[in-house]
Amino acid sequence: MECERCHQHPATVYLTEIINNTKKTIRLCENCARKIQAESFSQMPQMNLHSFLSSLLNNEFFGSAASPAQEDISEQTRCSSCGITESMFIEQGLLGCGACYRSFGGRLEPVLRRIHGAARHTGKVPERSGGKARIINKIDNLKNMLKEAISREEFEQAALLRDEIRGLENDLKKE
Amino acid sequence: MSLKQILKDAHSPWMDDQGRESDIIISSRIRIARNLANLPFPHLLSFEQADQVISLVKDAIRKNSPLEKKGDFELTRMTDLSPVERQILVEKHLISPDLLEDFQKKAVAIREDEILSVMINEEDHLRLQCLMAGLNLDEAWSIINLLDDELEAGLDYSFDEHLGYLTACPTNVGTGIRASVMLHLPGLVKINQIKSVLFTINKLGLAVRGLYGEGTEASGNLFQFSNQITLGQTEEDIITNLISVARQLLNQERAAREVLLKQRREQMEDRSGRAYGLLKHAHLMSSDEVMQLLSDFRLGIDLGFIKNIPANLVSELIVLTKPAFLNKQAGKDLTPFECDLYRMKMIREKLAQVEQA
Repeated sequence: MECERCHQHPATVYLTEIINNTKKTIRLCENCARKIQAESFSQMPQMNLHSFLSSLLNNEFFGSAASPAQEDISEQTRCSSCGITESMFIEQGLLGCGACYRSFGGRLEPVLRRIHGAARHTGKVPERSGGKARIINKIDNLKNMLKEAISREEFEQAALLRDEIRGLENDLKKE
Repeated sequence: MSLKQILKDAHSPWMDDQGRESDIIISSRIRIARNLANLPFPHLLSFEQADQVISLVKDAIRKNSPLEKKGDFELTRMTDLSPVERQILVEKHLISPDLLEDFQKKAVAIREDEILSVMINEEDHLRLQCLMAGLNLDEAWSIINLLDDELEAGLDYSFDEHLGYLTACPTNVGTGIRASVMLHLPGLVKINQIKSVLFTINKLGLAVRGLYGEGTEASGNLFQFSNQITLGQTEEDIITNLISVARQLLNQERAAREVLLKQRREQMEDRSGRAYGLLKHAHLMSSDEVMQLLSDFRLGIDLGFIKNIPANLVSELIVLTKPAFLNKQAGKDLTPFECDLYRMKMIREKLAQVEQA
């Protein structure tokens, strides 16, 4: 008996499907059987981590009702470094670069809490980059303080802060 | 051993190490995700930037010294390998299936003992992996931690004081660690306890998978358990937690095997004997059927029914029966039928060789 699909090879596999109580059997060769099996499995909705994450993100960023397409892209937050938008992030489940964590920070935090039950790293700190990260963080803080000092017209204080920032920036360059 | 040898041999050096509890816990694996500062994550890299990442990592690996005593790393671009060769690295668990997609931008560095590998431009710039036999997570962590320190001496990692190591996917951020153990649990499957065990494991925040890839049915009663949470816990906490779960599973599997030995000894002995006979004499068999028989065969070895066969042979046979590996050995593209035929030829030869030794 020949394969009912390709009509070329002998049928060696009997495939029985029961759909709505109707039984249907087709006789297939090995190759066609493999193909049909692959097709029927690929029709099943693929539940992978990224698609799951992206639906989670969609809820978190835009609320369940609105879809990202409806929102004007120009109004969306864009990462200042790599340029990806929130909807690009949501679609792929992947951030574009390290700076995205800052760009999307406020809206990302609840997502992180939901995934990990926490939003603060307590593990390993790298020897070099870790030190650098600490210095960069400190510079950021000092710059904010500098702005405040200037707005309060405390220029002596501002000069001290400016010197401290310069010192740290020099440290960074040396590393 | 060079990469050529790695591709030719189903056996990996780590399989020789019996490891702790290796009758049930087949292997322990830790992988950590790292990214370089000032470059977009791999999925946004241009070809030039991807090259840049590869050469930066290459230099950093060359500089690393103390680990070299254990052997050299060989760095290979995915484009330098044939599709079959790339697939063999997946079958040997040296790279992830993700490294096969968009492979022009990707590379891997494998240490010759096959315990350590560094995937470049997978989902993250670097994915460091340590794979060992038995329950060996502590040691795997100390080895990979050291490699991480050495690489960091030459690379600027993307690290945030609050969020830790920054990763392309927020599910990996923080420690970037994924620790996993592979367990052979035929006893729990046979006494129908596996479902309730897996249900409990899911509640503990651990993920369970079959042997190859995500979401597949556990083939050959092999299950992989791994942590899900990477942020807010230390690496040591994550590993300790997984070790204690692995020990629980180990005890439950041992108890299940005792019950089976008490109540169904003859049936168990018969089943492993049949598996041995089929593996030794059959000529045509699908990969799924072989995996099931190898599980029965291995259980027979572990329970002492089958003597003079080392249990770790089974890990090697599993790799030996995978399609890409068979194609490479045969030196041509095999049809599914030829694959089933060649698979059994390889198994028969290997078993004959071991029996004579």
